[in-house]
Formats: sequence, C-alpha cells, structure tokens
Amino acid sequence: MATTDVGWIDAGTRPRPLVDRLHEWVTTVDHKRLGLLYVGYGLLFLVIGGIEATILRLQLVRPHNGFVSPQVFNQMFTMHGTTMIFFVAMPIVFGFANYLVPLMIGARDMAFPRLNAFSFWLTAFSGLFLYFSFVGGFGLYGAGTAPDVGWFAYAPLTAKTFSPGHSTDYWTLALLVSGFGSIGTAINIIATILSMRCPGMTLGKMPLLVWLNLVMAGLVILAVSPLTAAQIMLLVDRYLGGHFFDTQAGGSAVLWMHFFWVFGHPEVYVLVLPAFAFASEIIPVFSRKAMFGYPVMVAATVAIGFISMSVWAHHMFTVGMTAAGNTFFVLTTMAIAVPTGIKIFNWLATMWGGKIYFKAPMLFCIAFLFQFLVAGLTGVMMSSAPFDWQLGNSYFVVAHFHYVIVGGILFCIFAAFYYWYPKVTGRMYSETLAKAHFWLFVIGFHLTFDSMHVPGLLGMPRRIYTYEPGRGWDTWHLVTTIGVAFQAAGVLAFVFNLVRSYVRGRPAGSDPWDAWTLEWSTTSPPPEYNYASVPVVKSRRPLWDLKHPEDPDWKYE
Amino acid sequence: MSTASANPDWVLPDRGRVGMFSLFASESAIFVIFIVAYLFYAGKSVSGPTASVLHLPVLLTVCLLSSSWTIHRAVAGLRRGEVGSFAGFWVATIVLGAVFLGGTALEWRHLIHDEGLTIRTNLFGTTYYSLVGLHAFHVTVGLIALATVALLTAGGHVKREHAARVDLLGLYWHFVDVVWIAVFLVVYVVGR
Amino acid sequence: MSPTSIFAPLSTPAESIFELSILVLAIAAAIFVVVAALLVYSLVKFRRKRNDDGREPAQVYGSLQVELAWTITPVIIVLVLFLASARVVFAVQDAPRTKDSLEVTVVGHQFWWEYRYPGLKVVTANELHVPVGMRTFLNLLSADTDHSFWVPRLAGKTDLIPNHPNRMWIEPQETGLYLGQCAQYCGTQHAKMLLRVYVDSREDFDRWARQQAAAARDDGRVAEGRRMFEQTACINCHTVSGTAANGRFGPDLTHLMSRGTLGAGVASNTPENLRAWIRRPDDFKPGSLMPPMGLSESQLDAVTAYLSTLQ
Repeated sequence: MATTDVGWIDAGTRPRPLVDRLHEWVTTVDHKRLGLLYVGYGLLFLVIGGIEATILRLQLVRPHNGFVSPQVFNQMFTMHGTTMIFFVAMPIVFGFANYLVPLMIGARDMAFPRLNAFSFWLTAFSGLFLYFSFVGGFGLYGAGTAPDVGWFAYAPLTAKTFSPGHSTDYWTLALLVSGFGSIGTAINIIATILSMRCPGMTLGKMPLLVWLNLVMAGLVILAVSPLTAAQIMLLVDRYLGGHFFDTQAGGSAVLWMHFFWVFGHPEVYVLVLPAFAFASEIIPVFSRKAMFGYPVMVAATVAIGFISMSVWAHHMFTVGMTAAGNTFFVLTTMAIAVPTGIKIFNWLATMWGGKIYFKAPMLFCIAFLFQFLVAGLTGVMMSSAPFDWQLGNSYFVVAHFHYVIVGGILFCIFAAFYYWYPKVTGRMYSETLAKAHFWLFVIGFHLTFDSMHVPGLLGMPRRIYTYEPGRGWDTWHLVTTIGVAFQAAGVLAFVFNLVRSYVRGRPAGSDPWDAWTLEWSTTSPPPEYNYASVPVVKSRRPLWDLKHPEDPDWKYE
Repeated sequence: MSTASANPDWVLPDRGRVGMFSLFASESAIFVIFIVAYLFYAGKSVSGPTASVLHLPVLLTVCLLSSSWTIHRAVAGLRRGEVGSFAGFWVATIVLGAVFLGGTALEWRHLIHDEGLTIRTNLFGTTYYSLVGLHAFHVTVGLIALATVALLTAGGHVKREHAARVDLLGLYWHFVDVVWIAVFLVVYVVGR
Repeated sequence: MSPTSIFAPLSTPAESIFELSILVLAIAAAIFVVVAALLVYSLVKFRRKRNDDGREPAQVYGSLQVELAWTITPVIIVLVLFLASARVVFAVQDAPRTKDSLEVTVVGHQFWWEYRYPGLKVVTANELHVPVGMRTFLNLLSADTDHSFWVPRLAGKTDLIPNHPNRMWIEPQETGLYLGQCAQYCGTQHAKMLLRVYVDSREDFDRWARQQAAAARDDGRVAEGRRMFEQTACINCHTVSGTAANGRFGPDLTHLMSRGTLGAGVASNTPENLRAWIRRPDDFKPGSLMPPMGLSESQLDAVTAYLSTLQ
C-alpha cells in the first residue's frame, strides 16, 4: 500500500496555556473534538465497567463464595450492565459517528454543532450522576445506594415498596437525561446525513458507514423515546402515587416489560449497526476489493432496522403471553436472521478473490465475523420459544449477548480504533502491540464466553450472587473467570499502544491504508474545517476514482 | 451551508426541517407509549371516577386548532415582510394557547375538587393526568418559545430573513395541535 | 451428570422442548460448519502472498444470483425452524387437563415458595410433592415481585408475575427429587430461592397429602415453646394450623419437619440449623425478610423444640 509523507501542521508554534486548552475542549462545538470526548468518556467507563465485571467474576469463581455480599453483587451487575450499554457502548458509537460522518460526506461539521455539544454534556453529566449513587445516600457503606434492580429494572421490584430509598431513582434519572442526549445526537446525525452531503453524493453513493449510522439514528429516535416515556411513568409511580406499574393497585408489571423491550431490543441494533459500519469500511480496504453487493447491504440494513422494531417480546417468552403471541415473535425474530446473515455472506464475498492484509484492523474484523456468526446462531436457538423456555434468563443468554457485544461489537470497535487512529492522531500505532492486544483478548474472550454458555445449559439462572455446588457449574465458572485476566492484559496493551503511539508513533500521512473514502483525502489529523474546498464525488469510492482514472467506479455503479 | 454556491443544482432538504421532523418522530413515539398505556388501562379501574366524569373540551379544542391557523398566517406575513401582520397573528396564537392551558387548568381543578380524581386515585387518574399533562407540558414549552419570539419582535429584532426559522417554531406548534387531535380522540371519544 | 441439565428431560414438556432443541442445534451447527469453513478457506486462499505484485485484484461489485441464493436458503431454513417451534408452542401452552390431573397453586414470595393444593386442602412451602406419571398443573401467582419457576428436567420456566396469573404443567415419568431455582431476579436473595420437587409414587403421594392436610401435632411436652411461639411476633407471619398462628407473610410451618431443608433450600433441616436460623436468618440468607427475633438462648431452645415436633 502506498504512503505519503506529510509534515506536522502545528510544528513550530508554542503550546498555549493549559487552562486555555482545557477551556477550548469544554466549550468546543467541533464534531471531531466532541467525537473524541465521547470516545474518551466511553473508554474510561469501559475500564470502570470492566472492574465491576471482575468483581462479579471473582465472586462467582466458586460456589458459596464470600467475596462480596449479595447486596453489593446485585448492585454490581446492575451498574455493570447499565454502564456498559449507556455510558460505554452508546458514547463510543456516537463518538465515532460524530467524528467520521461529516468527514465521510464531505461536510465541515454536523448540522447542529451546539446541539451536538449539549447532547454530549447531557450524557456525560448523567453518567457522573449515576455513579454518584455509590457515595450518595449512606455514603460509602457497602456500595452506597447504587441501583440494584438489574439494568432492565423490572416492575414491581422498582416500586417504592420494594425499592425504598433513592437507588432506583439514580437509575431512572440518569438514563432519562442521557436519553435526551441520545435523541439530540440522533436528530443531529439524521439532519447531517440528509442535508449536508457534498455535491454528487446521492444517498446511493454514501459510504456504508454513513448508511448504517443513518439507520442507527432512526432507531435511536424510535427506541429511546419509549424508554423515556416508561421512565416518566415510573417516576409518576414512585413520586406522584401513580399506578402505571403498581401491581397492588391493578397496574401491570408486564406493561413495563413491553415498554422496556420495545426500547431494549432496537437498542442492541443501535449498538451493532455501527459495528457493521466499521466492518463494512475495513474489510474492503484490507481485501483490496469494493464492498460486494452495496445495494443489498443497504437494503439489508434498512430491513434490519424495520424488523428490529417488531421482535421485542422474544425477551418475554416466559411471562405468559398467549401461544399465538409467542408464535408471532418467534417468526419476526427468526426473520431478522435473514438480512443479518446476508450481511455476513456479503462480507465473505468481499474477501473472496481479494488480497487480504492481516493488519490489526482486519484481524479484529475477522474475529468479529466468526464470533458474530456464533452469536447469531445462539440467538436463533433462543428465537425458538420452547427452547427459550429453558435457555431464557439463564447464563446461556448472558453468554449470548456478551458474545454479540464483546465478540461482535467491541471487536469491531477495536478494529475501528486501529483503522482511524492514524487519521485522528497523524501517527501510526505499533502493529506489534496491536497484535499482542488481539491475541491476548481473543484468548481471554473465548476462555470466558465460550465456557459461560455451559452453566446455562445446565440450569443456572442469571443474576445470582452465588450457586450450589454439585450442579456441574463450578469448573466452567473457574475457566470463565480466568479469561478475565487475559482480556484485561489485552486492554492494557491497547491503552498503552494508544498513548505511546501518540507520542512516538511514526507520522502516518493522510492515507496510510491506500483507502477510498473521503476522509483519507484530507490531512491527518484533519484541519478544523475538514476540507479546504468542498469535495465533489461521482461514485462510492471517490479516492479509487482518483487513483484509478482509467478504471473508475462510476463506470460500474 | 456553502455547498449550494458551488453547485446550484445540488439541493438537499433544509436541515432545520429535517431536524424538526426527526424531533416529531421521537415525540410521537413518546406519546404513543402514553396512549397505549391509557388504552390498556381503559375501563380497568376497580374504584373511583371513570372517564364518564370528563366533559368534552370543545371550546379549548377550537382555540388550540385555531391557533394553528393564526400561526400559519403569522409566518406567511413574516415571509412577505409584513412584521406588523406577523406580530398580530403571533400574539393571537399565544393568547389562544394560553386560553387552552387555562381551560385545562380549570378542568383539572374541577376534576380534583368536585370529582375527587387525582393522579393517584386509580388507573384512570394516573393515565389521564399523565397523557393530558404531557401534552399540556408541550404546549407550555411551545408558549414559552412563542413568547420569547414575541419579546424579540417587540424589540424590533425579528425580520423577514428570519421567516424560515420562525416557520420551524410554527411547525412545532402544528405538531402540538396534531398530538392534541390524537389525545382528544383517545381520551374523549374512544376511551369514554 | 448435572441434576439441572436441560438435556436430561424426564417430563413431557421438557421432552418436547428437548426434541425440538436437537433439531435447532443440528441446523445451527450445520450453518456454522459451512460458513466457518468458507471463511477459513477465503482467509487462506486469498491472503496476500509474499510475492504479491502490488496490483489490485479484480473489483467485483455484486451478483444478483448469488444474493438470491443466500437469501432464499435462509428463508427456507427459517420457515422450517418456525413451523417446528410453533407446533411445540401450541402443544405445550394449550395442553388440556386430563381426567386425573392435579392442580397446585404456587405463590412466589420474596424469597420462598408457597404451595396450595385446593382439592386436597394442603398448604405447604418450599418443597413440592407431585405424583409420578400424572399431569400436574401449576397455577402461578406472586405475592410481591416477579419470580420464575424453573426445574429444567421437568419443564421450561414460566414466570410468576403479580396481578398476572400464569399456568404451566409437568408430567414426570420417574420418581425422585428434582432441583431448580427461581429464574427471575426478585431481590437480594433471589439466588437462594431454590426449588425442590419430589415426584412420588401414587401411594407415597397420597400418604404425604393426607399427612399434610392434618392439623398440627399437639405435643404437651413442648407447651412452653408453643406458648412462646404464639406470644411472640412469630404468629404474625407464620401459620400452624389448629393454633392461634395464622400469619400469611411467611411459610406455613404446620408440617415443618416433613421438609428436608430450611429457608427454601438454603440449609438442611436439622435441629442445629433450625435453631441458628430462628436466631438470625441473615446468617444463612442475608437480606431474607425474616428478622432476627431477639430471643434469648433458653427461649430459642424452647421454640426450636416446639417446632421440631411439627411433623
């Protein structure tokens, strides 16, 4: 692959005072800076969520362990889940969208820069608010008054009767506020993509990353809003004496479940579509081939978006819906496997006949393909409602969704970090350290999450702070816990690589990967205004056209 | 927004409108959940007042829906540069909106004091006050925004070139009215 | 061999699920093998070689036939899986009552199980007895939050949700003790809300039911302990039939000594454990809703002696 040498932009100027630079970051409305703030925030909470997971795993390493009390354990799994979804995955997803979407459509910023900043700070504040629950209330006794109702906070456990004090309120208010931030960002993404593409970039010529983020933003709007509504209702119950979910007064616990999962299921597609986006940009470049079946990939994405709004009650197969109701959700859930499988096949076809470079971004994407295939298949198993009557609410589910979120989404996020690191920082990361990260993390991931399926198959429910010996679960838990050490080591290598390469990495130039989308045509890092003159494009791969004037894409599209 | 100058043929939707319609999608989803809860619990209260205690708010509805017409006239006036016409219709909109809110407040006072219906009385109370209250909250937010524009107009700051922005606020107001039609149908027609 | 494996069914609904699961697993495994093999093959065959000439490979943008092929095949697989699953859903959920089926009402509590046999006038807690070879329908209710009844070898799980009665059934083929536990997070001691289902022969079950329906034994030697029990707050939560104790918040203790465990499976039912439990339940089950009763050592001896007579 060709590389070019570009000199440092800021070379020769004296650094401004620290206070000035911090002030700039706090008041910025620039999409690239906000993108970095989101991602940095998410990484910080990834470490915190990882510590919470480690506490859970240490408690479960053997039966009847006494590492933490049941109260602390229940707070840990609640905070771990809530943190990872709302303060790790979503900020990282929004951060990458913020940074990349304007660049990839040839725009100078997002549609509403001030709304952008406001949305970020809402999310940032609400995360801090949630964590204040550890020290609020009783102070540092136990784990303070952190919520312990599980990340989906089923009624009536969240009613004042069963959750006195304020722990549930920290959960509700933090997510309510961060929900407004998410909706704000989603509005911004949609308006940016629809209204600010550079000349020539019709919807059919946008990079797949942009398409996937557009559908993701649409899902946020349609999915986070029901959660907002449900949380307002919960607050009405807890503080105004309402009865939305008050089963003692005729309210329905199942109604909360419906409202929550109408949010909860599309939410996982909010997280996975951007992961697909990263894979769809990286796999073609490192296979040296155009994405196979672009129109089908777009259609599959839109189909996934629509169908995902209709599958939610597969989280409720055991609550006593009618046979007809259960059957409907079996059908829709199995149906969504079709466009998802199509995507896997298209990525495979992209690699087929290409020239595969095994650099860190591609390694993580390859692992993603295998792991997401497995995760999808365990999902198909649970889509069969009778099978789910055994597998549901067990460690099989926990293993499945971690397989998707860690094995699928986090691996793609790692890939994206390595792929765009040169663009964002202007430096190359260390490929050796990156490969160390990859292997340590893959080993740890499989030790932990492959083993985790088995206790579920052997009857272990989720959210239990300890378990009985003699059920055949013990050894699997030991192996699961051991895997944590490898993953932690991998993440350490990752963070060390990011920091060290920022200082000592070799200059990357504007296009170290010989890639084809617009962001590689500007400097690394991009100037504040992104492009000196607004690009005009004729195909999906504008830089391919420039590099291959004898054989441009627009002849074939 | 400078791309248009280089390529006058490259026309994309106005980002303000896209943003506002995206907001409508989100708000609609929130209202749908409250409506679903309302319909789910309709008729299920075992004690306390039921929907039969509600009076059809004809006058309030006429006021609110008329305010859509007045705000439409206001924006049209501003587009033509007639700030005076704009101001008049704008204030009329605010007055009609305020009447709607005031009427809602009176109806609630009657329900609480005379019928003994509060948000905690029964399932009907909870769902009724939440749904109608959520809508009234959106009317209030709208009125605050409208009042802000009115103040700016009084200070002579609102001119013809602001018509597109003011129109976005008009769109929001129309949305609030459409939601009222839905709420009206669900609460006062279907639910009773 | 795990006593709670979902792959060792011994009851009709669990068996129906197991048979379906074999089909689903087989299809999933086949898909995995095919796709993974293609992935591995492509990684090996199309890796960039050392002697690469640096030219870009042929750019292939798509193929309608290929897309159709890998759309239609999954659709067919989905249809097969869907129909197979739907059949079992209806067969299990809409199973009819049989001539001699038993009805049991299960009420979930934080953190114990209440069992009522309306036809037999039996009320007990935490250890469910059912006859072998017969259908038993469980009517699932909850007194507080959500719970879930999961004994993997007998059936899939069904939730107990307040204000939302549910119904499930089991039809065990072999006698024995079946284990499970609550499978819906219900609060602090969700982990220790264990299930013990004793499948008895018809005769054993009938004998058990008769014994459970009888009033509490009245042993004069433990009158002191019984008096203490009746005068302390115990009777606010517990029932001992035929006495003044008729509380409903905690488990029925009329035949406490007929149970093998205490505290919903948290400890075996020995005099030492019983005494220690009454002294401070939190020692066994921190966060359980039974408070320490603040009894003196001699009071504890007396009450334990009394309860030990409740066969």
